[in-house]
Amino acid sequence: MSAEPTTTTPEPLADETAVRKAISATPRPPRASATSAALTFGWRGMLKVKHVPEQLLDVTITPVMFVLMFTYLFGGAIAGSTGEYLQYILPGILVMSVLFTTVYSGVALNTDLTRGVVDRFRSLPIWKPAPLVGSLLGDSVRYLIAGTVIIVLGVILGFRPGAGVGGVIAALALVVVFAFGLSWVFTTLGLLLRSPNAVMNAGFMGIFPLTFLSNVFVDPDTLPAGLEAFVNVNPISILADASRGLMEGNAAASDIVIVLAVAAGLTAVFAPLTTHLYRSKA
Amino acid sequence: MTTQSTLAIEATELVKTFGETRAVDGVDLAVRGGSVYGVLGPNGAGKTTTIRMLATLLRPDSGSARVLGHDVVTEADAVRGVVSLTGQLASVDEDLTGRENLILVGRLLGVGRAEAKARATELLEAFGLADAAAKLVKNYSGGMRRRLDIAASIVVTPQLMFLDEPTTGLDPRSRNQVWDIIRALVASGTTILLCTQYLEEADQLCDGIAVIDQGKVIAEGTPGQLKASVGSGALHVRLLDPEQRPEAERTLARELVSVHLEPDPAALSAPCADTDKAARAVAELTRSGIGIASFTLGQPSLDEVFLALTGHPAEEDPLARTDAIEEEQAA
Ligand SMILES: Nc1ncnc2c1ncn2[C@@H]1O[C@H](COP(=O)(O)OP(=O)(O)OP(=O)(O)O)[C@@H](O)[C@H]1O
Ligand SMILES: [Mg+2]
Repeated sequence: MSAEPTTTTPEPLADETAVRKAISATPRPPRASATSAALTFGWRGMLKVKHVPEQLLDVTITPVMFVLMFTYLFGGAIAGSTGEYLQYILPGILVMSVLFTTVYSGVALNTDLTRGVVDRFRSLPIWKPAPLVGSLLGDSVRYLIAGTVIIVLGVILGFRPGAGVGGVIAALALVVVFAFGLSWVFTTLGLLLRSPNAVMNAGFMGIFPLTFLSNVFVDPDTLPAGLEAFVNVNPISILADASRGLMEGNAAASDIVIVLAVAAGLTAVFAPLTTHLYRSKA
Repeated sequence: MTTQSTLAIEATELVKTFGETRAVDGVDLAVRGGSVYGVLGPNGAGKTTTIRMLATLLRPDSGSARVLGHDVVTEADAVRGVVSLTGQLASVDEDLTGRENLILVGRLLGVGRAEAKARATELLEAFGLADAAAKLVKNYSGGMRRRLDIAASIVVTPQLMFLDEPTTGLDPRSRNQVWDIIRALVASGTTILLCTQYLEEADQLCDGIAVIDQGKVIAEGTPGQLKASVGSGALHVRLLDPEQRPEAERTLARELVSVHLEPDPAALSAPCADTDKAARAVAELTRSGIGIASFTLGQPSLDEVFLALTGHPAEEDPLARTDAIEEEQAA
């Protein structure tokens, strides 16, 4: 009984006294505020970008390919010259690549759920939506990066925004705000579907046709009437129009208001839904 | 009312079903503050489901539970404020470093930035993780991950801690390290609810044990009581020569009445509590010229307790299942 060969441990488990001291050390601090909890989760998102930079490759390489492909492959055919087409399409591609990136928020959440760490988050006394809001704040930084890559590449290829740097920043900001609202739809999907792949497929099945049935690539005037009507009310068209307008300095205020309203509406519906699902998930 | 203040966990008739499965089927628990309480059961017994209900992660279908005086459903947030959870899947973020994990938890609990960093350093050192502080957790060994997990649970010392199978899959040395940490936590006054499949672990650490099987508590008490409730103990004899077993059986039967032949062809056992009688029986074997390799007289092990309580050994189920799967694949 007493001859158990237990306590000779080459792997350093600290001395008992250090463990004891570490255990007894802490009075409980006041709870973290909602903002501080959300920002802490945003910081976690940033750390992931740092440690898993492959994630960033996804969101930068794809848009670069889109810009090059659409400009040089279709530019001549659609707009007569690649230069003119680039001027038309760049704000649209900005919209498309950032919106495509939002699908990954749902995929990431779904992946997270299969890991034990979510149990810790859910057992902490924090503002309930904090892990979700925080992750999306972190993701917004990725949206910004994706957007910036597109714009820089565009400028290199000859894109000249009429409204200068200010206009570009305003357009980028608007797109990111809309993306934040839209990503709640995908986090909801992320909690409803079984696997990251299912989220990816369902997400792109929705966002792909919506993007192509918008004015991102072609002027809707050239479309059949029924299709044109749909394209004109598609929020993605309105967002693309608004960002083109902001970059050129002739944005319609109504477009901006509609974009912000849609983003707010999506958040109002899907953020509470996501939070509820996140909490009640077994 | 007095019992309420001394009981850290008080669960009544907890039920949780998943479709057809009654994962937890009317569990009652009463855990004294400051103690280590073990929930012992085989795979699928309902241990994790029970712990998740108590830690406010799952809502019970029926029944109620209070943790440190707070209802787990209506006062879930108050419960979260005083407990911490070390889940069955390590509850740490694989994509961050060990140090970042501890800072993250500290910040989420409201610890200031500088203090959270200092606390992370302190814990990493205390748990022998200082060298691995800047490594990503996905590159940690199982033992390191567990220690980090427990460290994350005590960034702010909880009054009560849930530990779900903290040593499953660890080698004996890592297991001992985790046990040492658990003992230190108890010494500091933290109440612990520990789920385990290991009978030895429950025996080593726990003041009280509930044995659960198929969602029901099938026995409850101190490790000693549980052993006693199953029977007084047994004399185990291992012979040098299996050939002599029939003769040994006859000889033992004269002294101890019911003799049981073990699967090991050289071993037999007989229920017996009386040391004098056991000594006489062993002496009788020697006198008849039967060579004895070893003999023990002891309380039944928790393995035997489990066998007696459930009719099947604790570890049989999962193994049987794996065998079946392997056979299927071989076929
Ligand atoms: N989310 C779930 N959905 C469906 N069934 C579940 C779910 N969680 C648990 N179960 C089922 O409930 C039963 C009890 O599971 P539980 O995880 O509580 O067992 P356990 O004692 O922790 O087992 P183990 O030792 O394998 O961890 C099992 O039959 C399991 O398949
Ligand atoms: Mg379990």
